[in-house]
Amino acid sequence: MRILRHREALLGLAILVLLVIVAARFPAFIRPASLVNVLNDTSPLILLAIGQMIVILTKCIDLSVAASLALCGMVAALLNGAGVPLPLVLLASVILGGALGAVNGLLVWKLAIPSIVVTLGTMTIYRGSIFLMTNGAWVNAHQMTDSFKAFPRTILLGLPVMSWIALAAIAFFAIVLTRTPLGRAFYAVGGNPHAAVYTGLDVGRTQFWAFVISGALAGLTGYLWVARFAVAYVDVARGFELDVVAACVIGGIAIAGGAGTIFGAVLGALFLGVIKNALPVVGISPFWQMAISGSAIVLAVVFNAAQRRQKGRIILKQVDAP
Amino acid sequence: MPPVLSLRGISKSFPGVKALQDVQLDLYQGQVTALIGENGAGKSTIVKVLTGIYQPDAGTITLDGKSVRFPTAQSATRAGVTAIHQETVLFDELSVAENIWLGHAPRTRLGLLDWRSIREGARRLLAEIGSDLDPDQRLGDLGIASKHLVAIARALSTDARVVILDEPTAALSHKEIHELYDLVETLKAKGKAILFISHKFDEIYHIADRYTVFRDGQFVGEGAISDVTEGQLVHMMVGRSVDQIFPSRARNIGDPVLTVAGYNHPTEFADIGFTLHRGEILGFYGLVGAGRSELMQALFGITRPSKGAVRIGADIRVIRSTHDAIAAGIVYVPEDRGKQGAIRALPIFQNITLPSLSRTSRAGFLRLAREFKLARDYTQRLDLRAAALDQELGLLSGGNQQKVVIAKWLAMRPRVIILDEPTKGIDIGSKAAVHEFMAELAAEGLAVIMVSSEIPEVLGMSDRVIVMREGRIIDEVTGERMTPETLVRAAAGISEAA
Repeated sequence: MRILRHREALLGLAILVLLVIVAARFPAFIRPASLVNVLNDTSPLILLAIGQMIVILTKCIDLSVAASLALCGMVAALLNGAGVPLPLVLLASVILGGALGAVNGLLVWKLAIPSIVVTLGTMTIYRGSIFLMTNGAWVNAHQMTDSFKAFPRTILLGLPVMSWIALAAIAFFAIVLTRTPLGRAFYAVGGNPHAAVYTGLDVGRTQFWAFVISGALAGLTGYLWVARFAVAYVDVARGFELDVVAACVIGGIAIAGGAGTIFGAVLGALFLGVIKNALPVVGISPFWQMAISGSAIVLAVVFNAAQRRQKGRIILKQVDAP
Repeated sequence: MPPVLSLRGISKSFPGVKALQDVQLDLYQGQVTALIGENGAGKSTIVKVLTGIYQPDAGTITLDGKSVRFPTAQSATRAGVTAIHQETVLFDELSVAENIWLGHAPRTRLGLLDWRSIREGARRLLAEIGSDLDPDQRLGDLGIASKHLVAIARALSTDARVVILDEPTAALSHKEIHELYDLVETLKAKGKAILFISHKFDEIYHIADRYTVFRDGQFVGEGAISDVTEGQLVHMMVGRSVDQIFPSRARNIGDPVLTVAGYNHPTEFADIGFTLHRGEILGFYGLVGAGRSELMQALFGITRPSKGAVRIGADIRVIRSTHDAIAAGIVYVPEDRGKQGAIRALPIFQNITLPSLSRTSRAGFLRLAREFKLARDYTQRLDLRAAALDQELGLLSGGNQQKVVIAKWLAMRPRVIILDEPTKGIDIGSKAAVHEFMAELAAEGLAVIMVSSEIPEVLGMSDRVIVMREGRIIDEVTGERMTPETLVRAAAGISEAA
């Protein structure tokens, strides 16, 4: 645990260094308003990374998050168009997202299909459903009510609502992961599924709840995304699931399950968010952005592997000691 | 006739354990030598020395009169020593021919794989051992017996002089075993020197020409199998070697706690019935594969029996899941600690409290202070010296990990605790601590089931011993009859008179 904390400190430091480098050329980038903008811009990634990290903890992966986001966003836009009040639209997005996650979870739990296959399939199905629902038509800004579009941008105590939602989700799931039996089960099931069975935990059921959480967060983000950009169409957030997984990997979530913290995932998302927002300011082309994000992922994996070797040495020392 | 392979004065120690002390072993051309010994006698260590996996601390290996060393597994294979293990080390996704030739496949002049020679060579080698397996078949589609054939064909492809069969029949059906006997005859006829490791006496008498007996890492005797009776072999195996000290305890056996009646499983066990009392340690002895662990897993709800009932105290219970078992007060410390017991990435205290969380949390929230207290109480009872309870479990030694797994279940305050090979693979110090602790638990009125393959442990700790063979209870041994010979005879299926 101490090493993990150390790791998060290191990632935090990397983000600071990044900010300092950018600020050296463009001091305006680290003005509070600009940083708030970075946080707000990264909020969808943070929300999805929290869900993804829980799924990865249980030794699974959810590739369908971006498609769920797009589907829930479209449904939110259509409900809005049909005159449903905003609180109900929000509720419907979250519930629909949770249901989509439950489909993934049930397939993984009851049919014991590997999650990468299940979610690769549902990813396509969920995106396809958007097309079936709309025939490929877009829902544009003028078809959305003002309150629908304004809610995520409303400023409360200096921060937009979307940022507050991300912060609330971080706090809520930090408590779930560290202070509830379900949170403990996520770690136990991913750390050693066999031992979890022998301890009386239901591995499949635990994985199911991880998928429900991931789906519900994707549903919530779906509304926020569509409202913020004021447009809904089939290809919303296409490929975004890879950014989400990348944020988790950079954040030190063990891809083999059972290890990692929510703050790691959030910092991983912020790291990507800072790169995405800062590099255009410095005048670096989007292709370099991709290369830098990619290098960060590889570095994170190398770092993880190095850490594991170090642990081996600690074990040897303890065995030698009398 | 001089032996093909001869070992003299071989010793091998591990920290705290003398696995082999000054042992000898001779293997002769065209003969089968059976290596006999209890668990822990050093059989698998000598196989590893022979195949270059372990380096002996002292002693010589002589092959065809020349002194040799096997610094690596490849060097042993090159010298002509091949082992066929219980679970053959082959590749399911490759074809039969590829498995036979992997690593030394015939090449064309251009250095590419010569597929025609590979297939024809495989067919020829298989034909030599009387098999018409298709060289192109995927290995994973074959049964275990056929996989043995492939492993043996592979041994022939490297011109092995010495073939080691390490409990090859453990997972075979009756018919397959007889096919294996024929195969051994073929290998004998080809002049191979064969080392045959088995626990089953009927097998040894069926195919072995010679025997060598080890006990506690020492050489006890050897000779022609025709000159020795089963009784003499059993005596050599168990000897008078029980000098390990077990805690003395007052027998204080109370009312029945657990009654199992008519327990059946479609494939693993049948007609199981026994009663366990308060304060009792009930030993389960048997050979590997006798169905003991499978029975315990069913009692703990990991698998479901097809028939049968369990009575806990006065209630009849049906155990369908681990949850039911835990609710009934039955807990199980599994045999394979690394795989089934420990969650190495979780801190020690979280490993201990994992099944007890409903007791330590309040209103659905975990109370870390209570978890620490519970973990501290039970680790102190087990005399666990860990730097800190929030340390990752994986950083502890095997013996200490075992203590944590036991602590986890004691913290549930069970009525019945099942310990499956509780001291397997842990150091002598931890072993004594676990034994001490089992005695204490029984004294406090807990009912203990101990599955163990170590005869001294079974006899030293148990009030009663149930012996299983081939999925059935075949004997219940108490009082005067609790001797090593009774257990070995019952487990191996030798009648008392022999």
